This record gives sequence, structure tokens and C-alpha cells, in this order.
Amino acid sequence: MKHTLRQVFHSGKFATGFCIFVALLLIVIVYPLIVKNSPLQIIGQGTFFPPGIYLSTFDAVNSPITYILNLDDAAAKRIANKLSNDDRIAIKEWLVANGVPADQIDIANTVQLLDLWEKDYDPNKSFTKMTFAKQRYYQRLDASLKGLLLTEGVTIAANNAQTGTLEQTGTVKQSDYVNLTNVANVRVLPLGTDNFGRDVLTELVKATGVSLQIGLVAGTIATLIGLTLGLLAGYIGGLVDDLIMFITNLFTVIPGIVLLILISFSIGQEKRGAVTIAVVIGFTAWVWLARAVRSQVISLRNRDHVNLSKLSGHSIVHIIATDILPYVASYVVMAFILQIASAILAEAQLSILGLGPRTTEVPTLGLMMNWAMIYQAEILGKWWAYFPVLVTIALITFSMNLMNTGLDQVFNPALRD
Amino acid sequence: MKGYRKYFLNKLAWFLVTAVFAFILNFTLPRLMPGDPVAAIVARLAQGMTNATGVQKIYQEYTELFGTNKPMLEQFIIYIKNVAHGNFGYSFSQYPRTVADVLKSAIWWTICLQFPAIIVGWLIGNTLGAMAAYLKGGFDKVLMPVSIFVSNFPAFGMAVILLVIFGVDLKWFPTSGGYGFDLIPSFTWSFMWSVIVHYQLPFWSIVLIAIGGQAIGMRSMSIYELNADYVKYSRFLGIKDRKIVGYVFRNAMLPQVTGLALAVGTMVGGALVAEIIFSYPGLGTTLLHAVLGQDYPLISASALIITVMVLIANFLIEIFYGIIDPRIKAAQAD
Repeated sequence: MKHTLRQVFHSGKFATGFCIFVALLLIVIVYPLIVKNSPLQIIGQGTFFPPGIYLSTFDAVNSPITYILNLDDAAAKRIANKLSNDDRIAIKEWLVANGVPADQIDIANTVQLLDLWEKDYDPNKSFTKMTFAKQRYYQRLDASLKGLLLTEGVTIAANNAQTGTLEQTGTVKQSDYVNLTNVANVRVLPLGTDNFGRDVLTELVKATGVSLQIGLVAGTIATLIGLTLGLLAGYIGGLVDDLIMFITNLFTVIPGIVLLILISFSIGQEKRGAVTIAVVIGFTAWVWLARAVRSQVISLRNRDHVNLSKLSGHSIVHIIATDILPYVASYVVMAFILQIASAILAEAQLSILGLGPRTTEVPTLGLMMNWAMIYQAEILGKWWAYFPVLVTIALITFSMNLMNTGLDQVFNPALRD
Repeated sequence: MKGYRKYFLNKLAWFLVTAVFAFILNFTLPRLMPGDPVAAIVARLAQGMTNATGVQKIYQEYTELFGTNKPMLEQFIIYIKNVAHGNFGYSFSQYPRTVADVLKSAIWWTICLQFPAIIVGWLIGNTLGAMAAYLKGGFDKVLMPVSIFVSNFPAFGMAVILLVIFGVDLKWFPTSGGYGFDLIPSFTWSFMWSVIVHYQLPFWSIVLIAIGGQAIGMRSMSIYELNADYVKYSRFLGIKDRKIVGYVFRNAMLPQVTGLALAVGTMVGGALVAEIIFSYPGLGTTLLHAVLGQDYPLISASALIITVMVLIANFLIEIFYGIIDPRIKAAQAD
């Protein structure tokens, strides 16, 4: 046993797959200990907030201590941030129309662009083919740029409850800064929020955990059924074999996804929990394993040590447990790994079809994918809603298959290069 | 031909038995669940309906249609009769249309998409796998990890990635539908072109997934065959390498054909989900809409159609296998 384990971990493929898997598992276990937010809590009002650090504007303005920093490039940065790419192109259009050669304008160079703009812009000037709306747009743009360049601060006013008038409570100057530690409410959303306004990262970690559980439950059930039926069919033979093989052959051709669809829909949305889905997947996935175990057992059945055991009068259970199981054990371990991976994929497929676990309790990888697809995250370019999910699914199945191939090479010397 | 006829009849019998079994499953699975299926359907359908006589009327209509007020065996006969007439009742979610009508328009999209895609993927995958086994070296080292990664990727993931890269970012291909939304199906050049353009992304996403899995299988089969005794013996006899390779790949091919028969069900499942990503007007998307609309007759009928399609595909592959495998012809010598 010890020797086998050492040999297994010597295989590069197995070790890589194992490391990826353990890393995922660690994240799933450790992350909830650090971040204690509820994974399905809706925090964002609105859909698909981009990833980043969100700090409360209110707290920043009311920060107890403000610092004054005189930074040279503050104004330039402010303007560069304010000017969107469309604005820059519009400015260039105006300047070109005004007679500046197009090759002298670099829209990426904010300082140069603004110099030209300040020098040339005349709000009352209108060119042919320029609509009135476009002229007003330039006037607004100019005003907002001027506002940014002013050195006066912004006045903060509060509503007086008695008189209903606005009263000045403070000003914020352009050189005012707050330390991030003085802002009471800062929320880091490394993967933004999803279509319901939930923190994607927290949700994803929880979903990975749930999906792994589904894989584990489904994989265990499928492996147990497949192993039992395969052992019975292969060892006992005769009528039992015929019957089991008949059922197995039937289910080989009838696609598993169809069974999954029918059963999940029949169960109904309210009764479909994550565990139910896992059990259903497990009960539809055992087929190929039963076949494979059976054919291995048939080749083992007439070996000398089995015959000896029979002659010694051991019971069938004893013979199967001590003389046959150890020989198929390595294969069953590999099959178990594959079953987990395919169960996770099956759950995802089912959820995309809208037949996954009911949506109110726990997220799963498939459900996250389903939500992202229904809200068209992929077409809107909200990559953080679906891409991390895809990567997680791919990492799980990839690591499992790597482990499987590694084991295969250890136990199956013919496949070694 | 005697051996082949026996093989053919055997497979045909199996096909019929599985088909009957599939019908039985399709009939019993929803009925095995606790509770009255019709009551559940009516409850979903009548959500928000306050008119008690209306609910009662719906209930009676569906009891009549599914025959749930009769004994099980009689229900099954009614069901078989309905299926034989292509009568699956009305679709809930697309009401004036019958289920048969909805499926008729969807099924051709699915067949025309999945059948060529799986065949092309299988051919390319096997060629690449065989080349990897024969050429070894750099080709193998690059191809194998890529294939392993691609084949582990869920089909819908590949679909999303192709969609985002080629549809949303590069804008080379449209992102959804089977043809332009501004066109009416007709045999005009612009419509055909639109269909071809819309076809590309779903097609290649299915092909890519199929390639990965097949290449891995073909590679290990070919390596196994290349080390077989008959290859070494042929080399001793001085037979040309090219000829040996021909034999080797013919032998390695046979298990791959059987493998395809076993994998067809899984592939179709994956491809159905890929259809959803591209909103392709095939069975996958129909199924999603049926699920969202709680459209029981449509789901049940789609499941049946998909099963029958897979069964037929399986049967055809088995027949094809019988033709190409010389051992089946040789069986008549026994």
C-alpha cells in the first residue's frame, strides 16, 4: 500500500492534478472562515457591478480626518479619468473640423489634447453637418472640463429639517484626501457582483463546495451501484449476468441526460435540492462502470487463487471481498474520480437547462452559469459573471482527469511511454 | 452474408427492445413520482387563475388527454396510440401550436447541426490521434495536453468562449439564432448565407469538444496496435511501413467506432446545451423554453424524440460497424 502510494505520487500527472484539486479544496474550506458573508445575500442594487474596491462615498466625505496632499498630476489624472474614449474621439473630430491636421492629434495624450482644445474651442462655432445636439454636447463637455480645472472645492449641504432649506455643512477641496483605513465601509469585490447583485467570489466559493459535494455524493452512489452490479454479473454469471447485462445494455443506449431531464422535471422545482439532484445523477451514471467491472471480473473469475478459495469452501461474499475486489480496486478508484468529474458536469448541464437544484438555498456552479446565461452576461461582456465559473469547472475536471491518467499509467504499465 | 444477416437481425431486435423500453420509461418516470401528474400540471398551469370552473375544466381536459382516470395499462395503450399518431397534445407555453408542430420545426435544426458536427469531430479527432501516435515527438507533446484540456472542458464552456471571442469581441459571426432575425425562411441566397454564418459557431464548438475526446482514445488505441506482434512480424517480413500503418489504423479504428456508438448519447446531451448558449432554434433551446414555461407535454415529447434519435444513431453506427469489421463476416464460417 505504502509502495503504491509512493509510486502514484511519483507520477507527475497525478501529482499536478492532486495539487490543483487540493488547492481548490483548501480555498473552499478556508475562504468561508475568513469572509463570513452569506453567499446568496443580495448586496448590489443593480446588475453586474464590475470587479474592484467599493468604498462608501458618504463615509469618505464624512471621514473624521482629512489629509491634504498636493500632487502635481492630480488634475491631469482627474481629467484623463473623466474623458472617455468617445469624448476624446469627439474632441478630435471637432479639432479636425476646425482645421487642425489629423496626424498632429494624439487622443491618448491628454495634456496635448486639452491644450489644443482650450486654445481652439469656441462654443458658438458650428460646422456644416454638425447637428444642434452635437453642438450642445461640445458645450457640455467644455463646461465639465472647466469645472474639473477649477481649484474651488465642492460644497456639501444638508437639508435643515425645520426650515427645509439647504445649509452648508462643509466643503471638499480638490486636494483633500482620506486614508482608506479611516473610511468605515469598504467592500472589496474581486469578481464584482452578478445579475442579482450578489458578491460573485463568495458565491463562487460556496458554489464550488456545493458542486464538489454533489460530485462526491453522485460519484459514490454511481460507483457503488456500478461496482455491485458488475461484481454480481461477472462473478455469479448465468441468469443474474443476463439480467444485469440486459438492463445495462438498455441504459447504455438511452442517453443519461434524457433520464436526468425527465426525473428532475418530475420531481418538481420545490423538491429539488442539491442532494436530490446528486442522487438522481448517481442513479443514472453507473452504467459504463458496471460493464467495465463485469468484464474485469470475468477475466479474474477462473484464476487459480479464486478456484483455490472456492475449493476451500469460502462464501461468495468472502471470495468477492478478498480475492476479486483487490484486483479491481485500482480501476474502481480511477472510475470513482471520473464519476465525480462527470457528475459535476452533469449538474452544470442540468442547471443550464433550468432543471438544477432549486435556486433559493445554495448556489452551484451550474446555477451560476444558468443565471449568467439567462441574463446574457456573455453578450453584455460581463466576463466576471461566467468566466470564473467556467475556469473553476474546467480546473476541477482537468485535475480529476490528470489524476486519473496518472493512476492509469501507474497501474497499467502498457500505457507508459 | 449469412453471418451479417444474423448480426443485423440481432442489432435490429436490440434496437426495437430498447425503443420499447424507452417508451415505457418515458411513460412511467413522470408517473412514478408521488402525486397526480395531471394535478401538478394543472397547478402549474393555473397559477394565478381564480376561476374554479376554469381550473376544473383544464383538469378534466388533461385527465382526458393523458387518461389518468383509467388503469395504468390502458393509459399506456392510449399513450402508445397518441405517440404513433404523432399526437403529443398542445404545448402549454406556445399554446395554439401542438407539440408535434413545435418539435417538427426544431428537430431539423438539431439534426443538421449535430450529425455533421459529431461526424466531422470524430474524423478530425481520429486523424489527429493516429498522427500523434505515429509521429510522436513534438506533435504528440503539443496535441495531447491540448486534447486532454479541451475534452475536459464542458461543451457549454467551449460554446461560451467561442461566442465571446468570435461573436462578441471580433464580431465575425452572429451571437444567436439560426438565421438573421430580419429574414423569413425561404430559399433565397441571403437567407442561405445567413443560415451558414449562424451555423459556424455552434458547429465548431461541438466539433472541438468531439475532437479532444476522440484524439485521446485513438492515440492510445494506435499506440497499443503499433506495439502488437503482427506489426513486428510484418516489419521482419519487410512489408513497407506505409502498408503496415494502414493495417494498424484500420484495427485501431474499430474500437473507435464502437466508442462513438457509446459516446453519442453524451455528445448529444452536450450539444443540446451548446445550442442553448447560441439560442440555436433546435431541440436544446426548445427544451429550455419548455422547462422555463413548465411545459410538460413538450418536455416529455422532446425527451422521447432525443432518445429515439440517439437510438437510431446508435443502430446506424452498429450496422456500419458490422460492415467494416471483417470478423462479423467471418462469423458465418463458424
